[in-house]
Amino acid sequence: MIIIIINNNKRADGRDFNELRPLKIEAGVLERADGSAYLELGGNKVLVAVYGPREFYIRRMQRPDRAIIRCRYNMAPFSVEDRKRPGPDRRSVEISKITSEALKPAVFLEKFPRSTIDVFIEILQAEGGTRCAGITAASVALADAGLPMKDLIVSCAAGKANGQVVLDLSEIEDKEGEADLPVAIMPRTGEITLLQMDGHLTPEEFEKALDLAIEGCNKINQKQKEAIKKRYGE
Amino acid sequence: MNSIVPEITRRSIINLINNEERADGRSLNEYREISLENGVIEKSEGSARVKIGNTQLLIGAKPQIAEPFPDTPTMGVLMTNSELLPMASPTFEPGPPDERSVELARVVDRCIRQGEVVDLEKLCIIEGEKVWMIFLDIHVLDYDGNLMDAAVLGCVAALMNAKIPNASVVDNEIILDQEKMSPLPINEKALMCTFAKIGGKFVVDPSLLEEDVMDTRISIGMREDGSICAMQKGGTEPITKDELMNLINIAREKTGELLKYLE
Repeated sequence: MIIIIINNNKRADGRDFNELRPLKIEAGVLERADGSAYLELGGNKVLVAVYGPREFYIRRMQRPDRAIIRCRYNMAPFSVEDRKRPGPDRRSVEISKITSEALKPAVFLEKFPRSTIDVFIEILQAEGGTRCAGITAASVALADAGLPMKDLIVSCAAGKANGQVVLDLSEIEDKEGEADLPVAIMPRTGEITLLQMDGHLTPEEFEKALDLAIEGCNKINQKQKEAIKKRYGE
Repeated sequence: MNSIVPEITRRSIINLINNEERADGRSLNEYREISLENGVIEKSEGSARVKIGNTQLLIGAKPQIAEPFPDTPTMGVLMTNSELLPMASPTFEPGPPDERSVELARVVDRCIRQGEVVDLEKLCIIEGEKVWMIFLDIHVLDYDGNLMDAAVLGCVAALMNAKIPNASVVDNEIILDQEKMSPLPINEKALMCTFAKIGGKFVVDPSLLEEDVMDTRISIGMREDGSICAMQKGGTEPITKDELMNLINIAREKTGELLKYLE
């Protein structure tokens, strides 16, 4: 049992309730991929590559009027404390599904009928909140691939740890905490494209956590824009 | 499997090599720029990021306590696994490892095992019952040719910077001291040098374009002392004994250059 000690409402890692872990985003880091991005959020290290729009060879899954987005979320065997067996498991399959659904609303898919856009998310090191980090990096990689987009999807989690509603749960807060609420939004409209929750929250706490997550998303969105500007100039 | 190369590109690559030149301006026996970063994944006991030109790999070394193989009860176990991630190339598909991935992992494994890089005898905890099993996971992030040399370099680097907890045995129970981490018992260094035969000439460190047009490929694994610890021929064209003996001499010189990155 790990006890989270809070002094002056600070969290175990010294952050305020509404403070993100240190964040770094870089666009265009891979040579072969059409678009790519690298993101570090605290101890999370995430690499995303985008291929496409390209021909979709599974004919029966083609859409005659639009492209589809396929996502593959994968954790490296060395990304966690005890080695993870390579290959997909139930968790990564679910995350892949909700990630592609979270990204879809932002891309003008109708411009690319019968094709596919493949998003490969590799978690090189995990420290709580990898799905959000993956989505945030994926939309930077989609933009880096030059795809026409309505907005940059951004994702961030809030939750409840040690009786307090907090932003961007760390690994310990995620494991020991009371609730976890990952959210993805389109920042220009504030529309929510991903929402999951597990744990216990009162409706009041839920509203507070949701507002906090959206506030976090908006902060991260600034970093996404900076990463793209840095790559392509103002 | 390999991408289709336009005939004009193929001919220009062959013509260049016949004139002792290469498309990226290298000489025939020259590696691309190499970079090696150690300990890039803090959660992994050992790790390294290797770049040879635009080829980029990440390697993690993770120890785990396991049972030894029945025929080697006093030896630790080395497991090498590779993933050609679909992010690395449009020709890589998600799913179970294909033959290229299995070949890569097995050749790297042979080079490191037969090169006796790690002293496996020292990884025994309780004879016949418990030993350290070291997993080497090769994550291919960006594929621009010559995965073998990059993978062996990265694996040896990851093994060299790996730290494992001290294991002691009290009343037949293993106690791990996470405070006291010690490096793996490294015996030797082994490295690999890969050649591609294109238009009758051999080039070292083939790029992806060169791999796509090559007739044959040969990888030579060598220890620090110049002894050979692994070899693998790939591709469809035959190769002669004289060519091979000549390549071994070049490989000795080239693996000597690669060794400097491990210092």
